[in-house]
Formats: sequence, C-alpha cells, structure tokens
Amino acid sequence: MQQQELIPHLFRTEYRKIVSVLCRYFGFDQMETAEDITSETFATAAQTWGIKGLPPNPAAWLYNVAKNKAKNHLHRDSLFANKVSPAIRNTTPQFYETEIDLSPQNINDSQLQMMFAICHPAISPEAQIGLSLRILCGLGIEEIADAFLSNKETINKRLFRAKEKLRELKIRIEMPDEAEIDARLAPVLTTIYLLFNEGYYSVSQNKTLRKDLCLEAMRLCTMLVENTQTNKPKVNALLSLMCFHASRFNARVNKNGEHVLYDDQDTSLWDTDLISKGAYFLNCSANGIEVSKYHLEATIAYWQTQKTDTKEKWQTVLGLYDRLLQTDYSPIAALNRVYVSSKVNGKEQAIIEAEKLNLTGNQFYYTLLGDLYTDIDKDEARLNLKIALALAKTDMDKQTIQKKINKL
Amino acid sequence: MKEYMLIFRHEDGGKVASPEQMQIWMQQTMDWLGTLTAKGNFEGKGNGLLFDDARVVHHNKMVTNGPFGEIKETLGGYVVVKADSVDEAAEFAKGCPVLQGEGNTVEVRRLAKDDGVH
Repeated sequence: MQQQELIPHLFRTEYRKIVSVLCRYFGFDQMETAEDITSETFATAAQTWGIKGLPPNPAAWLYNVAKNKAKNHLHRDSLFANKVSPAIRNTTPQFYETEIDLSPQNINDSQLQMMFAICHPAISPEAQIGLSLRILCGLGIEEIADAFLSNKETINKRLFRAKEKLRELKIRIEMPDEAEIDARLAPVLTTIYLLFNEGYYSVSQNKTLRKDLCLEAMRLCTMLVENTQTNKPKVNALLSLMCFHASRFNARVNKNGEHVLYDDQDTSLWDTDLISKGAYFLNCSANGIEVSKYHLEATIAYWQTQKTDTKEKWQTVLGLYDRLLQTDYSPIAALNRVYVSSKVNGKEQAIIEAEKLNLTGNQFYYTLLGDLYTDIDKDEARLNLKIALALAKTDMDKQTIQKKINKL
Repeated sequence: MKEYMLIFRHEDGGKVASPEQMQIWMQQTMDWLGTLTAKGNFEGKGNGLLFDDARVVHHNKMVTNGPFGEIKETLGGYVVVKADSVDEAAEFAKGCPVLQGEGNTVEVRRLAKDDGVH
C-alpha cells in the first residue's frame, strides 16, 4: 500500500504526456481519438491495479498499454482504409507507420508543442484555459465546470468549439519559430497565470481542486523554464511569482476551512522551500532588457513574503505598484496600490486616492474603504462594509466581511 | 469458511471520469481489499475485466464485438472472498467502491465446490 503514496498524482501527470504524444501523432483531426485512447488506458489501469495491485513501474505500464491501444486503433483503421474502403470505392491504400514514440524527449517536446497549439491566439482565453485543463492537466469535464462555476454542457460546448477552431485553422502541433517564440509565449504565460489565479482566488468551494490547479500551473511553467528555447526572463518571473504566492497555501485557511487574512496568518505555516524557490527564479528572471508585469508582480510578491513593517518596504512596494499600473492597469492592482499607499502616506490620504477610483460595484473597493475608515469614522466604515457584504459572492468573502463589521 | 465471488457490474469508467477520479477509485479499491486481506478474507483472487477488444460469441457461433461499457449492467470485474455466510460476504461487498456509482451493483455468489454437497 505504501507505493500509493509514492504516486499521488501519477494519473494526472501522465495523462497529459500520453495525450500530447498521441495527439501530435494523430493530429488535431483525431484529437478525440487521442483523448479516448488515453482515457481507456487509465480505465484499464484503474480496473486492474485496484484489484491486482500496482505494477512495478506504473508509468511504463501506462505507456505500454497506451501504445498497444493506439496500435490496435491504427490497425483497425488501416483495415478499414485498405480492405473495406477500397471495396466500396477506389482509394489508394495508406499504411500507417505504427511506432509511437513515448521516450522522455518526445514526451517533453509533445507537451510543449501542445501548450503552444492550445494557447493559439485564434481561440478565446476561456477556451484556452478550458483546453489546457482538459488536455494538459487531465481534469474531468465536471472538475472544469466546477472551477469555472459553470455546468458540464457549457464546458463541453466551449471545448468542442475550440477544437473545431483548431481543426478549421489547421493549427499544427509544433513549436513556433525562434523569431515568433516571444509573441507566442505571451498567451501561453497568460493561460498559465489565469490557471494559477483560477486556483488561488477561485470562487469554487473545492479546496483540493483549487490547490491542484495552482500546482498544475506551476508544473507547466516549470516545463517552459526547463526548455532552453522557452527559458526566458519573464517565464522565470512568472514561476517566481507563483512560488511566492503558493508558499502561503497552508496559512490561508484555518482548521475550520475559513479564510485567514494576510495580517492574521501564522508565518510559521509559510512554506520556506517555496519562498526560496521563488527567490531563485526571481534571480534568474533578472536578465535581459524587458521588465514584464510578471517581474513587477513577482517582486511585489517577494515583499509579501517579508512580514517586516518598515517604511522602506512599503515605499518600494508602492513604487512597484506604480510601475505595474503604468504597464498593465487593473482595478484590483489599483486597489492594492491604495492599500500600500495607506501604509506609506497614511489612511486619510489613501481614502482620497481610493475614492478617486470610484469602483462602484466592486466588493473589494468597499472592503478597502471599510478598512481605511475603520479607525477614522466607524459609521462610514460600517456603511462601506455593508455594501461590500451585499456585493460579496462567496460564503468565504461574506464571512470575512461580517467579521470586520462585528469588530467595529 | 466458504468462498464467494463478488461480481462488479458498472459502466466503463474511462468514458465518464478524469484520471484523477480513476486514481481515487483505484486507491479505494486497494484500500478495501487491503482491509479484507488484513482480516484474512481475501487471498488475492480477482481481476478486472477489460472493455476494449471484447467479443460476444452467440449460440449460432456468430461472433460480435462487445459487450460495451456503456451500460451499468456490464461485468467489470470480480474478487473472491472467504466468508462464513452469504450475509457476511454481502457485508464485505458493501465496502466496495464500485457501489458509489448510482445504478452499479455488486453481486454475491457462492463458488461451487467439488465436495459432493454443492
């Protein structure tokens, strides 16, 4: 039984490898065939390993079975193409070359190529994430629906349309040219980043799933870092950013499953391994000329792992937020900047800055105002927090805001 | 102690589940059999019955593809347990993860022995 602990995510990690190799072999035209063969391989494993116990080398076993299933499929297919079809109409017989290469090199190449193909700018970002979750992370339709707070039908339709598009545009499963890499890398990184955020900030109630999404995003990014062609500064920055955030996983939720705010977190629960990894990749990202938003966010995230409350720290972070907002404005970043500004310039000043943003309809805007007003004007604080409470969507957010109101 | 075969009837999991779910089922099955083994009720006799490349031979010796895993009544696997009574064996069956799927069943049947009685 101990072997089980050695392979906690074997199925999930192997799924994308097998499906990528098969998909590249069959092409997007027969993407479903590749997915079916892979799923059948895992079904066979679940059926036999459960009863007979694990084989000595589970991954090799999976590769072998997948290979045989693919061969059977091709054999049946060529039987049809060469014997049945010509009998009906005159076609030139075609023979498949049936060696399916599941070597580590080919597995790695296929996965990277698959990543670029799925994150093709021609399909919508939502569909890119959906396909990534399905193909590269081996998630079931139900799990994807859960992550998007959607239903199975919607997700199925979305994935179906995306696959159609890939076929229509004859997208090939291959690495982009060296000259194109930077441009094509951008949507890949966006997808990985969104995948991570989906897990980190997700409204889904399924905690294990959420953590898994983050780990999957980090795994995909690690693959890019390990490949010389894609090991670019901003890829390292993104990985660094994710390591820093992920380091707080265990501190973010308490024993009762409630969300623990940053200020109240037990820092001894922060994962120091991940923090040092983050620092390592942040160092690696510090070359080249481009300062991407990932660089800025990773540096901010680094400061978040330092719980010191010095003026210098907040000054630096404020500067980083200013640059981030210049390159890539988002309401959330603007709100975060106001919070940091309150640490540097005081709450009164921050309130003026916050009210300029005027993000009515955004619960975080009202939560922030509530926080800023807390020590200045309790009635105003209560008013803002009550609006935030009305806007909050998840139980966790509602709990958090209610606690703040109770504290007033 | 008599020997009973627990026969699993369920849909082909490959069509409906993610790898993660299948891995969970697999672990649950191993845990369940592990408990039975620890109590001396399971001696490792059992297997999964695969859905792919299956055939049905009919009475006129006609051979067809199938059975397919699309219906819940398909035979998916079996294990042999040792129990004092069919009720005890049925108790064991209750722990089988196959039963988590709605409509799935575990059939409990005593193995015939060549002892002149059965």
